[in-house]
Amino acid sequence: MARRELNRRDGHRAVSSGRIEAAHGDVLPGQVSAGNWIFRLGSAFFVAVAALQICSASGVVPIGFGNWQPTMFAFLLWGVALGVSQVLKYGDGGKQTLFVLPALLFTAAMVIFPTIFGLYIAFTDWNLNAQSGHHINGLDNLRTLWGDSYFWNALANMVFYVLTVLVQYVIAFGLALLLNADIRGRKFFRVAFLLPFMLSPVAVSWMIGKSLMENRFGPLANFARWLGWENPAFFTDPWIARTTIIAMDAWVWIPFMVILLLAGLQALPQDVKEAAKVDGASTWQTFWEITFPLMLPVSVTAIVLRTIFELKLADIVINVTAGGPGGATDTISSFVYREYRDRSNVGYATMIAEVYLVLVIIFIMLLLKVANRYMQKMT
Amino acid sequence: MTSEVAAHAVVEEPEETRAAPRQAGRVAGRIAIYALLLVWTFIALFPIYWTLSTSLKLGRDVTQGHLIPWVDFAPAWKGWQSLGLSPDTIFETSNVRDEFLKKFINSVICSVGASAFAIVIGSLAAYGLSRFDYKFGPWRNRDISFFFVSQLILPPVVLALPFLVLYKELALLDTRIGLILVYTLMVLPIVIWVMRDQFDTIPPEMEQAALVDGCSIWGAFVRIVLPMALPGMVAAFILSLVLCWNEYFFASLLTGFDAQTLPVMVASQTGSSGINWWTIAALATAAIAPLLLIGIFLERYIVMGLTVGAGK
Repeated sequence: MARRELNRRDGHRAVSSGRIEAAHGDVLPGQVSAGNWIFRLGSAFFVAVAALQICSASGVVPIGFGNWQPTMFAFLLWGVALGVSQVLKYGDGGKQTLFVLPALLFTAAMVIFPTIFGLYIAFTDWNLNAQSGHHINGLDNLRTLWGDSYFWNALANMVFYVLTVLVQYVIAFGLALLLNADIRGRKFFRVAFLLPFMLSPVAVSWMIGKSLMENRFGPLANFARWLGWENPAFFTDPWIARTTIIAMDAWVWIPFMVILLLAGLQALPQDVKEAAKVDGASTWQTFWEITFPLMLPVSVTAIVLRTIFELKLADIVINVTAGGPGGATDTISSFVYREYRDRSNVGYATMIAEVYLVLVIIFIMLLLKVANRYMQKMT
Repeated sequence: MTSEVAAHAVVEEPEETRAAPRQAGRVAGRIAIYALLLVWTFIALFPIYWTLSTSLKLGRDVTQGHLIPWVDFAPAWKGWQSLGLSPDTIFETSNVRDEFLKKFINSVICSVGASAFAIVIGSLAAYGLSRFDYKFGPWRNRDISFFFVSQLILPPVVLALPFLVLYKELALLDTRIGLILVYTLMVLPIVIWVMRDQFDTIPPEMEQAALVDGCSIWGAFVRIVLPMALPGMVAAFILSLVLCWNEYFFASLLTGFDAQTLPVMVASQTGSSGINWWTIAALATAAIAPLLLIGIFLERYIVMGLTVGAGK
């Protein structure tokens, strides 16, 4: 890790940075070499433990480790050694590094290692039920994926689910405008609107999907009958099932967007609106020509965040329909979940997940790019 | 003032005659606003009300669609009895209750543990990113921030199966520690996002004064910055708590028996068809109750957590 500059990011840099840098100059040469040695020892220990465990696992050295926890603790120790050596070597600069180091090491260990490991699993025929262990099978999983109609079906469903984010946004914007109107009891309405967001999707699956929509005596089914739908069944027709699933998900997540948009509305400058009113603009004009353009940045944030969460949709599908009827409500996540739960097909399921990750990254990048360009054009 | 109004009225006579329909339109508009607000309030609250009331119903009350207690059905403790949580069974021994309490405590430990851990390492990182200029090889502050926040995009499925296999090797499967680590990873981007905004709003002059007075960087952080950032930390903590408490995907894959959390229990109960409605309703009520209370009493902090982070 390279040295870092100690400049503070504010306008008073000239006053403060000199003093901090002076403290930074106090590092003794002995400390530097001690720091180096601590780091080297820590690294050597970590590598040694890991190597020993690898040898033991592959049967070269007959030491019976019960599990890989020794390596994990050696990694923790290595992290501590790294932190100590930073402080010893760079003084205050090292102390500054310590702020960000725990989170950085934690995220790196928890994300990068499993991702690399996942890439390895994705190219094997790993099945937890198979007696013969697992073997690398090259691109077989990718080929299976290419011909797997369930995967493409789930992907198409994801497109539908993500497109509904726009509808959710419109509803959320409407509700935010209502809450922003001059009303009494705003606090009550705000809490009432927020509550669905607090509920776990699993509980919602039962509360709405399995009990309100129970087709014999659920209140929602009764209501549908009263509206004239003879035999209300929410999960037998593919399109109705998809819409119902997304309606439940929207019920949970619309409050999230409402909160973001309401905060945006409340931060709008009041004088612009009043000026428009004085000029004789109608409410409708004021909204389209002033409120909506000013709200664009917040709207884009809300839509992007909601899309990111929509792409993770799984719990409700798993618990209400398990992907049915015939995969009509499947999301990628619920498909992967079933692939593992029902068939223990870890290798193939991981390949689906990795391909999905690549698609998600590409999609989000495109979305951000389009959003940026749109905003530039508008302002 | 009055004469001015009178003068106005005299000069702009037609204006006044037009004002009456406008007044009527405004009243209609207000009625529409309240009507829409009430409609959505009903949509938002009815499922919750239905669950609460169903936990107090008997089978025939459910099938006949009775809705209002004391008016069209007599509340009964049946569902709560089978959980061992009704007033008359609360002091008796009950296996179901022990089971429920075990999951409940697991949920509490996992969500509080993960939120606390994420707040500690997340606040530290956010403070560092807000105040100092880092340079790790080609990585600057912007890149580090992006690295953290981009974890939000990662769908849980990508990590789930590798974690399953790795946790088995690390003997972390079905342990609360294992779940806490995953949940920390899940909420860390949000915590860092919220906290970095929070620290950005605190003027650095105070710490600078403390530094000049001979305080160390750590001392200035703990004694001066942390108290000022406390509301933001509470907000981030509660937001994390909500997300962890409701998490199902990882919990169902990575736990089996010992570390199972409430959502997994609810899911397994609702999946089996032989269980009575009132029991599931009572279970669902008990599972969502803590969060409903948080939502009602700490709404301010949830709103703050969501809006501070997304403000930029």
